[in-house]
Amino acid sequence: MSLIEIKDLHATVSDKEILKGIDLTVDAGEIHAVMGPNGSGKSTLAQVLAGNPAYEVTGGSVTYDGKDLLALPPEERAQHGIFLAFQYPVEIPGVSNAYFLRAAYNEVRKAHGEEEVDPLEFADFMEEKLALVDMDASMLNRSVNQGFSGGEKKRNEILQMAVLQPRLAILDETESGLDIDALRIVADGVNKLKRPDNATIVVTHYQRLLNYIVPDFVHVLVNGRIAKSGGKELALELEDKGYDWVTSGAPVGAGAA
Amino acid sequence: MSSSIETLISREYQHGFVTDIESDTMPAGLSEDVVRAISEKKSEPAFMVEWRLKAYRRWLSMKEPHWPNVTYGPIDYQATSYYSAPKTKTPLGSIDDVDPELLKTYAKLGIPLYEQKMLAGVAVDAIFDSVSVGTTMREELAKHGIIFCSFGEALREHPELVEKYLGSVVPYSDNFFAALNSAVFSDGSFVYVPKGVRCPVELSTYFRINSADTGQFERTLIIADEGAYVSYLEGCTAPKRSTNQLHAAVVELVALKGATIKYSTVQNWYAGDKEGRGGIYNFVTKRGKAAENAKISWTQVETGSAITWKYPSVILQGDNSVGEFYSVAVVNNKQQADTGTKMIHIGRNTKSTIVSKGISAGEGNNSYRGRVQVLPRATGARNYTQCDSMLVGNRCGAHTFPYIEVGNNSAIVEHEASTSKIGEDQIFYLKQRGLSAEQAVSMIVSGFCKEVFKELPMEFALEAQALLGITLEGSVG
Repeated sequence: MSLIEIKDLHATVSDKEILKGIDLTVDAGEIHAVMGPNGSGKSTLAQVLAGNPAYEVTGGSVTYDGKDLLALPPEERAQHGIFLAFQYPVEIPGVSNAYFLRAAYNEVRKAHGEEEVDPLEFADFMEEKLALVDMDASMLNRSVNQGFSGGEKKRNEILQMAVLQPRLAILDETESGLDIDALRIVADGVNKLKRPDNATIVVTHYQRLLNYIVPDFVHVLVNGRIAKSGGKELALELEDKGYDWVTSGAPVGAGAA
Repeated sequence: MSSSIETLISREYQHGFVTDIESDTMPAGLSEDVVRAISEKKSEPAFMVEWRLKAYRRWLSMKEPHWPNVTYGPIDYQATSYYSAPKTKTPLGSIDDVDPELLKTYAKLGIPLYEQKMLAGVAVDAIFDSVSVGTTMREELAKHGIIFCSFGEALREHPELVEKYLGSVVPYSDNFFAALNSAVFSDGSFVYVPKGVRCPVELSTYFRINSADTGQFERTLIIADEGAYVSYLEGCTAPKRSTNQLHAAVVELVALKGATIKYSTVQNWYAGDKEGRGGIYNFVTKRGKAAENAKISWTQVETGSAITWKYPSVILQGDNSVGEFYSVAVVNNKQQADTGTKMIHIGRNTKSTIVSKGISAGEGNNSYRGRVQVLPRATGARNYTQCDSMLVGNRCGAHTFPYIEVGNNSAIVEHEASTSKIGEDQIFYLKQRGLSAEQAVSMIVSGFCKEVFKELPMEFALEAQALLGITLEGSVG
């Protein structure tokens, strides 16, 4: 059984149709890259899968782990293992990172019938997670994303991913705002979190990130549809020829795998 | 857009029930005879009735203030009853004599008056309408020489202390509502902590308005003698009624040389319904006077009342005295709040800190009004003011009216202000990490109020948490 199966997905934002029939299937253990020019619908796809209420699904279906994903509110999707690394992480002033992370971790544990962890247990648990993204423990005492540099915000997203251990992680343009060192740290973290039972969808405009997070499949999104799918070499070809190469050609429009 | 957030913030009022108890209530109306009758009912000493009458006559010549940024219809001061007390057979001595119906009322409010069930470390004075119905832990406090009783009892047993300090911080002529209170106040709490004594427990007064068409006019006087320390908590609730009720209280704090008074309030009077019908008009004068090296700290969480008009202030009279004001004011539906503080720097090297957090939701209107005054003698005075507003939805309002007067050029006065909006993007971010919408709002609001909540004593922090549905970061668990 596939981890997630997206069929003919249509979605609008402010009455404008952005997704015009997406078909995509992702199995456990796979990394898929979704690429495409600006405005093609990449970020919309990420937001819709996470359940952002600003987007309206107007057609199609998404089956995740045997469940109708679209029927679940965002927090239940998260509790069932869907994680979105935000392109623009949001600031929550006055709420410490440690408190926020523990609250989120405990919600996910509760959803799985596991006991909540207390602050001391959590502190131990956090030690290895911090090392994964090369973060100092002092980051935990700072307010969530407040005053963080672009790189710190993105590392904080991956830290949250490490804590919540999702089954399906969606990285939305994670490379934006990162210098090359930060990019390497972030990619390194994502790679270390890869397991046979989880999957990652990397939404990206440039091929750059894919040098570090090597995808099994690459999909090119054009005007709300997948115009072309292929292996990792497709990303390199795109880098070489530009998106015009796909947009001018006839859509292939098939799902992967 | 933010309707989901608004519904989360607006919870059903939990304390809106009425206790069915026989009351001795004076007919509506105010006159010299009524003032005399109140004094007589309480068998007060002669100085008291004279003081009340002076206040009443002064009040007649005063005008209701209309400078606050709030609107309401005219108040008919003759339509209110100025005294209501639950009928009792005998004067109340101990909690054992309290009518079981009243004990039930307080139990329902979560205020245990039975000694054996009491919260560890808190002594409670319970005020029901116009009178105190019981004070707990008195013997324990008496061992330390601490007096904690109802105002009425203080007048009977310690008239010299009352006479010396009553009106010494808030004179009866201070303002319209203070004058009214001075004329008709019926009860309240009285605290005296002797020289060098650190009060071992939190003292707490719980105010409950029960009767309809009754005003509550309580008066609290707290005296911390030289080097003493006391922490005092105040909580308030009232039944849901469709008419407005008047609450005009006065609180006076006297911190003598080197003394510290910490005064915390969780104000949850009935706020009226969604259309703005009913609710308490909360017109309160609170002020403290700090002598040399003394410290007075006000912390308030204001969530209730249809209208709040309240400026807990500190007169920094002595050199090196310290004044603090930490406030969270929440307005929702049609609530209006005009609240803030006054810090009057008279002594040298006096310091004051003001942290005000206003949260406006629904069609609520929240105003911060603060005055920082540095008199010419106050060399080395320092003030820091931080004033933050959070808006939920787009029909509410937040206003800031800071007044700063500096008469000494060595003073340093800082003022910072910010306005933010609770965003759908914040809520979605937290939901995406597995938190419910309710938890998300709690977390955002508690983060916003953090600097104020950490000033609250533990017992009250929990009440404030229950009130706002807030998880208190770091201080619990």
